[in-house]
Amino acid sequence: MKKIYRAAFLVTALALAACSNNPGSYAGGGSGANGSDSAASVSDPTSPAYFQQTIGDRVFFTVDQSAVDAEAQAVLRAQADWLLSNSEYTITIEGHADEQGTREYNLALGARRANAVREYLTSLGVSADRLQTVSYGKERPAELCSAESCYSMNRRAVSVLNNANF
Amino acid sequence: MFRFLIFTLFSINAALAQAAPLRIEIKNGVIEPLPFAAPTFVAENSAANDLAQDLVNVVSQDLVGTGLFRQIPQSAFISTVTSFASPIQYADWKAINAQALLTGAVGTDGKTVTVKFRVYDVFANQELGAGLKFSGSQDGWRRIAHKVADVVYSRITGESGYFDSRVVYVAESGNKGQRRKRLAIMDYDGANVKYLTGSDDIVLAPRFSPTGDRVLYTSYETGHPRIYVMDVGSATRRVLQNAPGTMSFAPRFAPDGNTIVYSLEQGGNTDIHLMNLASGQSRRLTNDASIETAPSFSPDGSQIVFESDRSGSQQLYIMSADGGAAKRISFGDGRYGTPVWSPRGDMIAFTKQSKGRFHIGVMRTDGSEERLLTASFLDEGPTWSPNGRVIMFTRETQGVTGAANLYSVDISGRNLKPVPTASGGSDPAWSPLGK
Repeated sequence: MKKIYRAAFLVTALALAACSNNPGSYAGGGSGANGSDSAASVSDPTSPAYFQQTIGDRVFFTVDQSAVDAEAQAVLRAQADWLLSNSEYTITIEGHADEQGTREYNLALGARRANAVREYLTSLGVSADRLQTVSYGKERPAELCSAESCYSMNRRAVSVLNNANF
Repeated sequence: MFRFLIFTLFSINAALAQAAPLRIEIKNGVIEPLPFAAPTFVAENSAANDLAQDLVNVVSQDLVGTGLFRQIPQSAFISTVTSFASPIQYADWKAINAQALLTGAVGTDGKTVTVKFRVYDVFANQELGAGLKFSGSQDGWRRIAHKVADVVYSRITGESGYFDSRVVYVAESGNKGQRRKRLAIMDYDGANVKYLTGSDDIVLAPRFSPTGDRVLYTSYETGHPRIYVMDVGSATRRVLQNAPGTMSFAPRFAPDGNTIVYSLEQGGNTDIHLMNLASGQSRRLTNDASIETAPSFSPDGSQIVFESDRSGSQQLYIMSADGGAAKRISFGDGRYGTPVWSPRGDMIAFTKQSKGRFHIGVMRTDGSEERLLTASFLDEGPTWSPNGRVIMFTRETQGVTGAANLYSVDISGRNLKPVPTASGGSDPAWSPLGK
């Protein structure tokens, strides 16, 4: 059920990216999406689009927590495998929180989440030099409603490929 | 231009010795606002005609805006005031139940404006305090009006005012998912807005220096949250902390204006650090695996209140300004964050989350006498008026179209109202008085 929902979300993200006149207008990322509009390259397992869409560029957290659960571990193992065989890429892990918290606390919580992902990827052999983190706190929600269905998508860490040529 | 304001006592002999019977006690909250009359100031030359009305309007708005005063409409007046020097017809003002009367005169000379004014206790048949005169640039006429209102407020309440003050905040625009944010500064009442940054990079939580000349804030200019200090007059800025692999945020000045506290995140862990602005040297104040953030100094500089989740949830703690052991002060039901020490030193304002709602509240510095002043989907980030009687904060509405705006409330929980801003706004910080 969750997988289906996530797939639906990715399609939505792609549609939004395709509609946007200037998808890269926000400096330094923060949108939580990698901004690809090249559907063809998804089938190429060495492509950034494959990393983003087939493997999944993000993992989710429970309220106030930064623990990487079993579902997140599976995504991160696949991310780590991909990064190990595509060594030209570095990533920035963006940590985010839902809007139900104060601004400062959510910045700190987003940093905790990004760092939890970084540590997990490092434990799987990805070199720490290739992994940057940044926290957006509650500043860049991926979903905008004020309900758990959106909050659960916003409590996330997104692995953004830095030198991807989409 | 405000630097050249002149403060003159011109009728020292007037009613100095009288104890004032006209008095509002703010402490307990005022249910019935005090009625006052403010006739259009007398224009001493024709060029001052418009200013004579504008000034009295702003003074009246300041007073009415506190919730403590009610303005009697000019249409109800029996007396007219055509000369600043003429004796007051007390009976005419008593007849319309004006308990306080403000009279004034305005003259212009080139680019300078001079305002004289007197405050009367109508039912005591006497002037309240002495007449005063303020001069300044015509461009700064609103500020002169705020200074007049501060004197009136102070004479009637016995407390210092807060109208001659500014607010630095984050002006917000655009969709919730890609909100654009830039630093802005304005008069406390929303006038004279000036933008201090562009909106290319996220900026957060500006804080005034004790002298109001500088602002600390957090910006994503480098791609990572970093603390900056900006000179308000020139809008020039300088990054204060830029070590790779770290994030810095939540800065606030110490009362000495040379030291700041802030949060530094390294390897996912956030602690509180102290920095000397001149040397750039930092020192760690907390060393815990938990999140320590939102530090705020006591007005005497000896202590710091902050939030931590070391107990398992966000709570408020006080430690010495040198660090060391911290004492928990919040014990109620829910989560507590963003503590801010009051300028009087006696209270701490905070954000509280409980049962899915957000509140702005105040408590004594030992955690006793907690009172919640507001309740909504999302209220956060209190800042104190310079006299410690009003709190401004961010209120955000829910849903896809949710937007943030500034609100204020007095510490009795009365007079909750939006603060006018051109677009949305968040993270307000109130300046000291007269800055």
